[in-house]
Amino acid sequence: MKLSRKFLSDYVELPENVTINELAEEMTHVGNEYDSAEKLINATNLVIGHVLECEDHPDSDHLHVCKVDIGNEILNIVCGAPNCRKGLKVIVALAGAKLPGGEIKKGMIRGVESNGMMCSKAELGLDSKFLTEEDKSGIHELGEDAVVGEDPIKYLGLDDEVIDFELTSNRGDLLSILGMAYEVGAIYNKKVKDIDLSYQEEGQIDFNLSIDTDNCSLFLAKEIKNITIKESPEFIKNRLIASGIRPINNVVDISNYVMLETGQPLHFYDLDRLGRTIKVRMAEEGEKLITLDNEERTLSNDDIVITDGTKTVGLAGVMGGLSTEIENDTKNVLIEAAIFNSTKIRKTAKKILRSEASNRFEKGIDPKRTYMAIERCCNLLSKYADATIVGGLVKIDNTDISDKEIKVTLDKINKVLGVTVTKEEVIDILTRLGFEVSEKDDEFTVIVPTRRMDISIKEDIIEEVGRYYGMEKIKGSKLILPVKEGKLDKSKRQIKNKLISMGLNEALSYALIPEDAVHKYTTDEFTHINLDYPMSEDRKTLRYSLLYSLEQVYNYNKARNLKDVCVFEIGKGFYKEETYKEELKLAGLMTGKYYLDINSTNVDFYIVKGIVEELLDYLGYAGRYTITTGEVPKELHPGISAVINIQGKNVGVIGRLHPSISKEDVYVFEINLEKLLQNRPSKLKAKEISKYLGMEKDVAFVVKKNVTNKEIMDVIKKSGGRLLTNIEVFDIYTGDKINSDEVSIAYNLKFEDINKTLTEEEVMTVFNKIISDVENKLGAKVRNGG
Amino acid sequence: MKEKVELLKNELIEKINNVKSIKDLNDLKAEYMGKTGIITELQSGIKDVPNEEKKEYGMNVNILKVAFNENYESKFKLLEEEEVNKKIESERIDVTLPSKKIRQGSKHPMTRIQEELEDLFVSMGYDVYDGPEIETDENCFQKLNLPLGHPARDAQDTFYLENEYEAFLLRSQTSTGQVRVMEANKEKGPIRIVCPGKVYRRDDDATHSHQFMQMEGLVIEENVSLADLKSTLEIFCKKLLGEKTEVRFRPSFFPFTEPSVEVDVTCFKCGGKGCPLCKQTGWIEVLGAGMVHPNVLAMCGYDPEKYQGFAFGVGLDRFAMFRYGITDIRTIYGNDLRFLNQFTKGDELDEIK
Repeated sequence: MKLSRKFLSDYVELPENVTINELAEEMTHVGNEYDSAEKLINATNLVIGHVLECEDHPDSDHLHVCKVDIGNEILNIVCGAPNCRKGLKVIVALAGAKLPGGEIKKGMIRGVESNGMMCSKAELGLDSKFLTEEDKSGIHELGEDAVVGEDPIKYLGLDDEVIDFELTSNRGDLLSILGMAYEVGAIYNKKVKDIDLSYQEEGQIDFNLSIDTDNCSLFLAKEIKNITIKESPEFIKNRLIASGIRPINNVVDISNYVMLETGQPLHFYDLDRLGRTIKVRMAEEGEKLITLDNEERTLSNDDIVITDGTKTVGLAGVMGGLSTEIENDTKNVLIEAAIFNSTKIRKTAKKILRSEASNRFEKGIDPKRTYMAIERCCNLLSKYADATIVGGLVKIDNTDISDKEIKVTLDKINKVLGVTVTKEEVIDILTRLGFEVSEKDDEFTVIVPTRRMDISIKEDIIEEVGRYYGMEKIKGSKLILPVKEGKLDKSKRQIKNKLISMGLNEALSYALIPEDAVHKYTTDEFTHINLDYPMSEDRKTLRYSLLYSLEQVYNYNKARNLKDVCVFEIGKGFYKEETYKEELKLAGLMTGKYYLDINSTNVDFYIVKGIVEELLDYLGYAGRYTITTGEVPKELHPGISAVINIQGKNVGVIGRLHPSISKEDVYVFEINLEKLLQNRPSKLKAKEISKYLGMEKDVAFVVKKNVTNKEIMDVIKKSGGRLLTNIEVFDIYTGDKINSDEVSIAYNLKFEDINKTLTEEEVMTVFNKIISDVENKLGAKVRNGG
Repeated sequence: MKEKVELLKNELIEKINNVKSIKDLNDLKAEYMGKTGIITELQSGIKDVPNEEKKEYGMNVNILKVAFNENYESKFKLLEEEEVNKKIESERIDVTLPSKKIRQGSKHPMTRIQEELEDLFVSMGYDVYDGPEIETDENCFQKLNLPLGHPARDAQDTFYLENEYEAFLLRSQTSTGQVRVMEANKEKGPIRIVCPGKVYRRDDDATHSHQFMQMEGLVIEENVSLADLKSTLEIFCKKLLGEKTEVRFRPSFFPFTEPSVEVDVTCFKCGGKGCPLCKQTGWIEVLGAGMVHPNVLAMCGYDPEKYQGFAFGVGLDRFAMFRYGITDIRTIYGNDLRFLNQFTKGDELDEIK
């Protein structure tokens, strides 16, 4: 909402010396933020001049050399405008003048001295939508009455200042000069001035009005005869320009002017083309209407329309129809002032066009202003369009305009704000706002005027007191609440900290991905979730696996020549069953250098597996999980990948990216934390350590290559029993010394008893059993010596 | 005998002195002290010495023995030292060569901010609540006093799920946590929570991302006021932006609070003097807050006549940007390693005075 200082001053007196910035700051303090506060015309050093002489430039086919009287001296100015001629009153920018286009300097133009510039309206910095072709092409011609040497901006009436407010959505009342006047009046303790609603009437209106919907609570129709269409007076045009609306002609301008004053949007119909009937109804599905902008619109049964009984003539609250538009030959006018359902208007406007009118309907209209707007139109049209106002008002009114009465105690006000305001302060603030207040036993009864539609409960009154008392005056108090321990689930933190300590960077990527990527990196069957109207195809679907995102992170960095990528992310994966589901997941991607030294070891499967194991062990799952071959997503290398199971239940995968996806050695892992954390490990309890020395034995088994280490270890563990406390692989051999389809794996076995020192004999019994079991069950041979 | 001992003594001292290695020294030991060594032989020869000379003979052999051992010990130490020194010399390394280590991991700046705030609020007795990201329109809007068609919904252009317009959505604010915790609290007693998490809105530019992070705070008690909210936010803003930070309230409007305030802090760049960052005002808007609207309390099962509360919503991305001097929000979600690797450095060490 653009607020013109001159327009505002019509309705409330501002302290004389208050600057536009001070006013804007005061308004901010009561909750109305602004974007900018500045002069309408930002140009300096301008003066009215009189062209005394205008000769052709000796050295140019279009320039003129002029002598211009600026009151105290006569300047030599070279001018290129085609309309420059002797006798004109013009706007002169003196040397040193700052215009939006730059600074004016004295200089020589093709050998002739020029001491300033004669300006067009465009050069003053007015938005091009307010300018005619003439304004843009030639210097501006001032009237004969312009006084040489005076300020041309003042002469033009453009010596205004404008604050552009960013209002909150509850303050529909501030979308009017009158509303602003009440707000400003409360700041400076000034009364709002009366609006002139006087006019004469002739005859009696004859018009049929009907409403066939619940979405129009008030409709007023007023007939105006014999208007003269012409240019508006300067003050109307200038106030419209300052408010950001383009002047068109007196009749259209008055409808906009009154909307700005009262906040009530108006629509003027050419009565001769409309006929004598209006019926308001909901549009039929698929119904067509050509709107003012000459566009054909297809409507739905959620749009409110105005009809002449048969044909649709307007889209209520949003835009009029082309067929009944005011044109230069319009003689008779029907004024519509109505209130439409704000939700419906909001929907229609979103679809078709958001306008000054729809914005006001969306935020709500005070019915008293609807009546006032009609009267104000009559007043202005009779003054500035020579109109005859026809007597009588056709109306359908289902609004309630009774005043709201709200009670609130002084104690409640202070308890909510945390301050100590006095009774007198409360009464003063509410009275300044134009509310009626009475008080008894520290309880206030407040009558709220209908224009303040945002106020309906006592908390609203408390806010009004807070706004004008000064929210910035509220001091922090010592909040004393019972001591208690805050609760926080640290699982995510623990996982993050562990992975970071193992050299991974935490990534944070977007949950929205392309639809065709959502079933990648998983073997699960699920229904994915799309967005309604996504921003783009790339952000259409909620991810299920995080690995697609990490693949993107890898690609991004690789493209920037950053090849050592070790990242992880914790985030949600989404899918739909009977309801919408989301599961916390952990994913990692690793490639490039892991150990940083001169020889730098690159990431391989076993490093990634080690990281996963370290993490699971750290979380307390040691001994409860296995990492083994299984069904993995097709995006992984089928020979270099494994599944992670916890007590037989699959919780994740590890593997190298399939060669068709990446030629580089890129490894990934993903764990479903929802499933993992379902079985939380028990609390850490320290085990008793043996006081007795243990014994170690080494053995190497030669097995066929299709026998896995896990199978061997499983047999060793089972056969080793209670005394076997640790197994470690310390050597792997394939080569000339064994058959080519065989592998040798060497194990270091640790034996220990909690109660005694083991004898060689005791250990050998177990050790021999292990050897024979591995040999018998897996077809292994013990490898002896070299 | 005496001369012979003297001769032998000088001879063995000379031999020991001339030895060049521990091995040679040990060979010498064998020569003198071994089973058939010179001194051992002399010692066993005592049996052939007449009784009256035995004492003197024994003393002389002992002199030899002591002389050998003393010289052997000192020589051994000397040689050992030499050998260690030689070994040290041969093992000398260039300590300026690159170290061996695994690569450094880093915590994402958003996590750092989130954890710091969680810790702060947990220390003040707040529970940390993490709700779902897919929400109902009811929890995200309606129960927060934003009925269908409310114009304030425009401020949060929401992502609805396919075929779920005005039914299911990606939460556009963590205020959903308020609703969930209030409704779940069967006793309808006091509440103190913060809800940090991801939120989504249809927005993408240098200062807005369609996915970002918020933290909602909520306190419900019989007597908490805007002044209590202010002190809480003062602690929070000072913690994140520095001890000198001041907090200012400005009236505003949010449908779920009444009264509502915008919260400004003194510009941390210029300290409040005025600079381009704060547009010369000295203040920067950082969050929205207010007293929980009685309709919200009632819709979530609380008696607005008995309870009142305050709520605040903080954009964590904005704080991360302030804190780490990040100028484009897209950097936060870009996962460029050159960015992430900077966060291997820990936060400044706290100084408690």
